[in-house]
Amino acid sequence: MARLMLIAVTLIGLLPLTLKAQTDEDGIMMNKNLLCAGPSYGYSSWDHYWEGTFKRNNQNIGTVTTQMVGVMGTYGITKKLNIVASVPYIWTRASAGTLHGQHGVQDLSAWVKWLPVQMQLGKGTFSVYTLAGGSLPLTNYIADYLPLSLGLHSRTASGRIILDYQLGHFFTTGSATYTLRSDITIDRDAYYTTSLHATNRVDMPNFWSFNFRTGYRANNLVLEAVASNMTTQGGFDIRRNDMPFPSNKMNATMVGAHFKYELRNPKGLSITGGGSYTVAGRNVGQSKSFDIGFFYILNFSKKPKK
Amino acid sequence: MKKILFWALGVMVAASACDKRVSDRTADLPPLQPANQDLNAGSWKLVLLSRPDSFPVAAPAATNSPLYVADLNEIKGYQAHLSGDMQDKIKYWSAGGVLRWNEIMRDLMAKYNLPPYQNADGSYPVPNAANPFAYPLFPFSNPPYAARAYAYVSAAQYDALVACWHYKGVYNRPAPYRVDSTVKALAGKSTLPSYPSEGAVLAGVTAEMMKLLFPGEVASIQQRLNDQELSLIASGAATRSDVAAGETLGRQIAEVFIARGRADNAGKAVGSQTDWNNFVTVTQSKNQTPWFSLETPGRPPMLPLFGKVKGFLCDSAAIVALRPGPPPSTSSDQMKQATLDAYNTIKNPSREQMRIVQYWADGVGTFTPPGHWNAIASEDFVKMNYSEVRWARNLALLNMAEMDAAISCWDIKYYYFNPRPTQMDPRIKTLTGIPNFPSYVSGHSMFSFAAATVLAHILPERAGAYTAMAQEAANSRIYAGIHYAIDCDAGRTVGQNVRNYAVNRAKIDGAE
Repeated sequence: MARLMLIAVTLIGLLPLTLKAQTDEDGIMMNKNLLCAGPSYGYSSWDHYWEGTFKRNNQNIGTVTTQMVGVMGTYGITKKLNIVASVPYIWTRASAGTLHGQHGVQDLSAWVKWLPVQMQLGKGTFSVYTLAGGSLPLTNYIADYLPLSLGLHSRTASGRIILDYQLGHFFTTGSATYTLRSDITIDRDAYYTTSLHATNRVDMPNFWSFNFRTGYRANNLVLEAVASNMTTQGGFDIRRNDMPFPSNKMNATMVGAHFKYELRNPKGLSITGGGSYTVAGRNVGQSKSFDIGFFYILNFSKKPKK
Repeated sequence: MKKILFWALGVMVAASACDKRVSDRTADLPPLQPANQDLNAGSWKLVLLSRPDSFPVAAPAATNSPLYVADLNEIKGYQAHLSGDMQDKIKYWSAGGVLRWNEIMRDLMAKYNLPPYQNADGSYPVPNAANPFAYPLFPFSNPPYAARAYAYVSAAQYDALVACWHYKGVYNRPAPYRVDSTVKALAGKSTLPSYPSEGAVLAGVTAEMMKLLFPGEVASIQQRLNDQELSLIASGAATRSDVAAGETLGRQIAEVFIARGRADNAGKAVGSQTDWNNFVTVTQSKNQTPWFSLETPGRPPMLPLFGKVKGFLCDSAAIVALRPGPPPSTSSDQMKQATLDAYNTIKNPSREQMRIVQYWADGVGTFTPPGHWNAIASEDFVKMNYSEVRWARNLALLNMAEMDAAISCWDIKYYYFNPRPTQMDPRIKTLTGIPNFPSYVSGHSMFSFAAATVLAHILPERAGAYTAMAQEAANSRIYAGIHYAIDCDAGRTVGQNVRNYAVNRAKIDGAE
């Protein structure tokens, strides 16, 4: 009965995106038998959100904060075939009102990244990457508790194509991803979307996401501007003063910047970081987020016998 | 490498093969085939009508008359060209009119159960029945509103079907497929006389009730009525004249309930600033901490004068008699301990506790706790193959008890005006929104125990299951951090006492 009008966080796009941004959306591959892995931290918060197309705040939740600590690794099976995997632990919190925050392990996500085309084009190099991936909830966290749930608890499968062009130290990368989502089971056995459903199963909308990045890329330094968009195929709007729901239409457009710096000493250690801001959305929070990560490259090659 | 690609492909296929079509539990029911037609139901005890023939129904045309032949030709015309859409509608409605209208009511409750968004100055607009399409839409179908709406519709449906059964017995006109063997019975066969049509009685009475309860839905419900009536005719269950007589009878009987509803004090339940202030001063005069809204901006309490609404089962003296003793004083050690207990319960909730909270929350945008008990009852009633009139009778008993539970609960809440745990200790975070009204006694506990015990009378073999569900619903409010255990214990007792009024009626209404 009701008092808290709650809001959707861009759970699908938000922190997992910053976590995975470094390697499953870029035009970089690990060499054979190299593992690049390490921890990262992400922080995201918002105090305004879009209830359908109506932008508002809500003093009964104040600022919603999501923090994430994750581990992520990329392994080179060959120079042209990599595996990327990550697991985050997430904390959510509302600064006002009474709603109880959540914390726990969210979803394992994994990608197979393949470089089928790499060619000279003009004075630069043109590459095409194709990726197939998926995600799987690792715990029985609650999905129907937006905006403070850890995620949407759907299994997903995604296909992605990345086009990358590098000219000297200047590069530009664009990608498009389609993500299929499985139904989810919620704790209630009836719920209202645009009509009443007498079931605990929820049909989840699939979504498109697009990512565009451009900037400077050299051996030990990447500086890039990033724009991304997520557009849900289907789903419904949060009604005025209603609670959000996992199968809402959740669209967001974000802009930001990112860097990656590889230290000379110790060799193999790199630092990544960046931030982004949601400039437009629908049924999502207008989040500001930043992340930082540390990655170390390990070589699993057998030493050549002399 | 092939292996990996194969694996990746496998993930894609597995996820895409996941069933994307989610269907409702009652989407695929067979036609209702009552085990017992309850042919004596025309003599069952009425709720508001004084007699089953208060509204006359003219004698139908003889089955060998040209008028009736024309009726049959209409049916044959539909049956010769049944579209897929029409077949779906026949299948949907043949599962039972009381069931389907109850589901439609639950849908409306969920649709309208949204608290108004604040004005720019921090005050809150009040929905206006005279202008239901303007924001905030009328009604805000919160739990007391919903309890009353379910009760009015169920009780009106019941009286209308008793009258319908009365005239079925008087005129004894057989169903079209019994008169003419070339008419197909697409919704199942029955020995029940078909004039007036019980389906059309339900459509008429329910559509008419919308004028009082959901004035913004008169048009959408009229479309449902058209669907049901066309399904009745096209399925061969009723003729145009069976349907026309039924709809008229239903609408006439609804008017009696609408007239009562306009004078039952529900329209005054919002109260005024003076009323709201008065609760505070009265509570302070008893040296108690008065409740305040934990919303920002502070919202006026939900329907504070709902305790004055006229119930179907309990009169105002009974409502006063149902009041339990007071909760522990807000300054007592006992209350301090109860607050500490509430804090300890909510500090580190288990996943199972969260599941229970969410399962029973029935908060914003849902069909409310009475709606949840309608869903529970309906899914059990489906298995019983009740006649439509018995379906209506059982839901009327349930919903009249739920309405009176709401009246009693709201009377108690505003009589004691007791704070929520979080008001006493702001460290208490909650797993669902804190309801915007006083704590003592728990509405969920009252609704659930009143419902569970009434249903246990109807289906004694399910008594244990209902009690367990009601106890879980009560516990869910403690796990959620929004109620003291004391609120739920007292709510259980009062809910069980409300049950007696419904069961006393059930024992003498002629249906047992």
